[in-house]
Amino acid sequence: MVPTTSASALVAGVPDVLAVDLSEPFQYEFFRNGLVIATLAGALCGLIGVFVVLRNMSYIGHGLSHAIFGGAALAAVLELNYFIGAGLWGLASGLMIGRVARRRIIGADAAIGVITTASFAMGLALQARYGQASRSIDAVLFGNVLGVFPGDIAAVAGVGIFSAAVVVLLYRKLLFTTFDPEVAAVSGVRVPAMEATLMFLLSATILVTVRVIGVLLISALLVLPAVTSRLLTNSFGRMLWLSPVLGALFGGVGMYASWYADVPSGAVIILCGTAAFIVAYVSVGVRRRARVAGLDHHSGPALTTG
Amino acid sequence: MVKVDVTPARLAGEPLVAFEHVSCAYGSSTVIDAVDFAIIPGEFVGIVGPSGSGKTTVLRALLGALAPVHGKVHRKAGLRLAYVPQLETVDWNFPVTVREVVSMSRPSRSWWPRTTPAEIREIDDVLERLGLGGLANRHIRELSGGQQQRVFLARALVQKPDLLVLDEPTAGVDVRTRHEVLHVLADLNESTPDGDGVAIVLTTHDLNGLAAHLPRVICFNRTVIADGSPNEVLRPYFLERTYGAPMEVLQHGGMPVVVEHGADDLRERLSRRGA
Ligand SMILES: Nc1ncnc2c1ncn2[C@@H]1O[C@H](COP(=O)(O)OP(=O)(O)OP(=O)(O)O)[C@@H](O)[C@H]1O
Ligand SMILES: [Mg+2]
Repeated sequence: MVPTTSASALVAGVPDVLAVDLSEPFQYEFFRNGLVIATLAGALCGLIGVFVVLRNMSYIGHGLSHAIFGGAALAAVLELNYFIGAGLWGLASGLMIGRVARRRIIGADAAIGVITTASFAMGLALQARYGQASRSIDAVLFGNVLGVFPGDIAAVAGVGIFSAAVVVLLYRKLLFTTFDPEVAAVSGVRVPAMEATLMFLLSATILVTVRVIGVLLISALLVLPAVTSRLLTNSFGRMLWLSPVLGALFGGVGMYASWYADVPSGAVIILCGTAAFIVAYVSVGVRRRARVAGLDHHSGPALTTG
Repeated sequence: MVKVDVTPARLAGEPLVAFEHVSCAYGSSTVIDAVDFAIIPGEFVGIVGPSGSGKTTVLRALLGALAPVHGKVHRKAGLRLAYVPQLETVDWNFPVTVREVVSMSRPSRSWWPRTTPAEIREIDDVLERLGLGGLANRHIRELSGGQQQRVFLARALVQKPDLLVLDEPTAGVDVRTRHEVLHVLADLNESTPDGDGVAIVLTTHDLNGLAAHLPRVICFNRTVIADGSPNEVLRPYFLERTYGAPMEVLQHGGMPVVVEHGADDLRERLSRRGA
């Protein structure tokens, strides 16, 4: 019993590879739900990923998802609500990580590794022991777009709306804190509060999306839309809307493609994002080289300015 | 510490900032000790001293980013401070345009973060004044060193500060850019009919190109060694105590010119090797 069963295989009697009717998967409610949640999760991860990438927090995101896995396993075994159990556990780890990372002492990375890997290991142990009893542990590990729990869509949408609102309302302070924390602090921005806010949003994002994408792939979905949009723009404001749009596209397209590819959706979503990243990377490189080659006529900005 | 001179003009007016016997430490090592000086409105002060002497630390204490372990930093109530960091500390790969950098320091007026037309006009005014007109949509990397310095100056200016604090604003820039930056600062410092000029404190390594042109210079090494006009403090006695090496001071057009002797024997060694 593999929890990551592809969409088409779940539908008894659907001819697997031969299905070419493009609207076919939409007949199934679980697919429609999966498509919605994958798109929403992609957009949310794209938004928060901007801060994750620019603040070099991707390792923290990676660690947090592992920590949340431990919390999820514990919640499943204790028959607690997933969001409460994993949420509290993740929050505690997140605060601990944030504290350690802020101090920038040697060994911060190692401390994150210890906290989150210990949590992950505990999750694995619980899964080995009680895995039969609780399939939701597996879902967290590998992600399961199609086994969307009732309320999952609402949770992703809720965190998404909340995050977007926070980012809009605190836009300048978050930008200042992310770009230049020391000067932000002397300019009256409450930097620790901003950092805690970002940490909270990241934890909440991982909490609600990890069952869709899976612990093992979530950090990729946090990073891919942001780095791809970074390649396409030099403006923070533009990156902030481009990244969620790309994330939503990766989620939606990946989910849809996974139906036909007969491959777990989390993997297809990430492969979609990777493909887009490669295309952006190569084309930006080509453009840059063309600009360097054309310096005589239209010099690069660095040279036109005195 | 030798207080060289305190002219009556300098005593006029309530200080914007006053250091009272301030000591600061990182961990257990004290890096600045028993520092006393005050800045009054409209002043233009340069802090000079060797690398590691604690200049940046003084600025951080002044800004309130670092709490003193002894003494007290008095700030005038309601004082508006703006800080221009050393360019080396800026992340040049960060995706921000010139306008985004300048606007980030302003509290937004509406809930929606987009800059309003009025705000854009205000920002463009400052950019224009600093000779950055037309560059608002450039990425910060796509600028010359002098322009980059002025972008961060613009970010500080839109906060409408009473006191502008700059850490090594001319480090690593060429002569022309240094003049450019200095002239912009002198303009800001000058009082206009609209109001008083901005008080300025900066740190620098450049004795002849920068410090000698300022009205007031503080020689600093762990503490204030001398404080006064360039003619008063750029003297061999104070310079040796600040830099720990003998220096000669010549006069050129009424301004002191500091000549280092540390390089003499170096030249000898190198020419011997060449022979
Ligand atoms: N964050 C820090 N933690 C520990 N020690 C520090 C820190 N910042 C500075 N120091 C130490 O404090 C002393 C003074 O540093 P500071 O940066 O104030 O010197 P500076 O005069 O600005 O030097 P420079 O001209 O090279 O910029 C140095 O010995 C430095 O090693
Ligand atoms: Mg310094």
